Amino acid sequence: MGCAKRIIPCLDVTDGRVVKGVNFLELRDAGDPVEIAQRYNDQGADELTFLDITASSDNRDLILHIIERVAEQIFIPLTVGGGVRKVEDVRRLLNAGADKVSINTTAVLNPQVVEDAASRFGSQCIVVAIDAKKVDNQPFEWEVFTHGGRNATGLDAVKWAQKMVSLGAGELLVTSMDRDGTKIGFNNPLNKAISDAVDVPLIASGGVGNLQHLVDGVTLGGADAVLAASIFHYGEFTVQQAKDYMREHGLEVR
Amino acid sequence: MSRLQVAIVDYGMGNLRSVANAFKAVAPSISVAVTSDPEQIAQAERVVFPGQGAMPDCIRELDARHLRQAVVDATQQKPFLGICIGLQMLFEHSEEGDVPGLGVYRGEVKRFPADKMHDEQGAKLKVPHMGWSQVHQTQAHPLWSEIPDLARFYYVHSYYVAPEEAALTAATTAYPFDYTGAIARDNVFAVQFHPEKSANAGLQLLRNFVNWKP
Repeated sequence: MGCAKRIIPCLDVTDGRVVKGVNFLELRDAGDPVEIAQRYNDQGADELTFLDITASSDNRDLILHIIERVAEQIFIPLTVGGGVRKVEDVRRLLNAGADKVSINTTAVLNPQVVEDAASRFGSQCIVVAIDAKKVDNQPFEWEVFTHGGRNATGLDAVKWAQKMVSLGAGELLVTSMDRDGTKIGFNNPLNKAISDAVDVPLIASGGVGNLQHLVDGVTLGGADAVLAASIFHYGEFTVQQAKDYMREHGLEVR
Repeated sequence: MSRLQVAIVDYGMGNLRSVANAFKAVAPSISVAVTSDPEQIAQAERVVFPGQGAMPDCIRELDARHLRQAVVDATQQKPFLGICIGLQMLFEHSEEGDVPGLGVYRGEVKRFPADKMHDEQGAKLKVPHMGWSQVHQTQAHPLWSEIPDLARFYYVHSYYVAPEEAALTAATTAYPFDYTGAIARDNVFAVQFHPEKSANAGLQLLRNFVNWKP
């Protein structure tokens, strides 16, 4: 009963290309976006997330072409994030074929964008991405960071999540900056605290190194969906293997 | 202007390109267009009535574009597929914004009740209901052709339809209680889930719609 726990491969895009990092430094072309999306779709991915990591705003429109091409051929939900600053950016991504748009730094700098975008396009397509880090200099446990984890905000991640939902976020993508890239698993206490505090679905992100981490993200972290990049990109596991593992461990998957 | 085989009703709420893309993928040879022209909708062979966002906005925008009559007429005349809010708007009234719908069918659109949103183990179920859930086919129908019972479709919604007449229901989904996931009556079929985002099962349903001769 209920809803299958979603597995969401995340693809990084820069200057209109899907890329993957090599040793966290060099970015290599990972192949044709449609082919990659098709491969994950064929493996049973429940959704795809594209993260635009383009440094220069000049080239940011290039992701629109990727989304257009993928949306013509892949019929599962597509989420796009990265560099969303205005309601107009949301509109253009939706028109290109995105089903949901993820707002991160802008949500902190200008929360009105979240409210305006949700009221104009509906909460169902507005995801707020929260990058959180454990801190010991605040009266709370996890602090919201922006700009890819560089800037502290002084905001309590749990309270921030509640505020974003009250402004109209239909889903939260929570990334633990402590865990991102570590392969030691999601920050389940952080995810659980946020998941328990809101009614909308939570996507856990940051730190997946093996398939048990995906299971733990759901059972310990209260996540409704799990997002992972490297374990899928480098061929360590297929999405199908992840689903089989989750099913064997008693989780409902598609 | 030649007659469209599939007219997708555009009333300015959200992006309908995914729906058009999905029809082009399953039936490349037919004419499909997103349109807000009542005449084109009246002339079309088949009508798709999608929707996303909030129902009060959808009804308001539908009326602002003078599309209400064309949509209601289509429900009486030709193969008609409602999707998501396009299903909800066919009913009399919605709790969302306390607005009247088009009233094609008797019944109410209700919000998932907060006090019931937990599974058998007591774990909280989120609203919106977002993700892939099993669709239990409660009546045989040409639109279910080649789609196994309990196939999963992609849902995203906070409100569901409660038809007054149980026989209208063509499928149910459990979240956590059984609610109406699809309705069927004569030339009308309407679904709460998103076939255009439901991978192979969804594409099959759209293919079935294109081939449907009610």
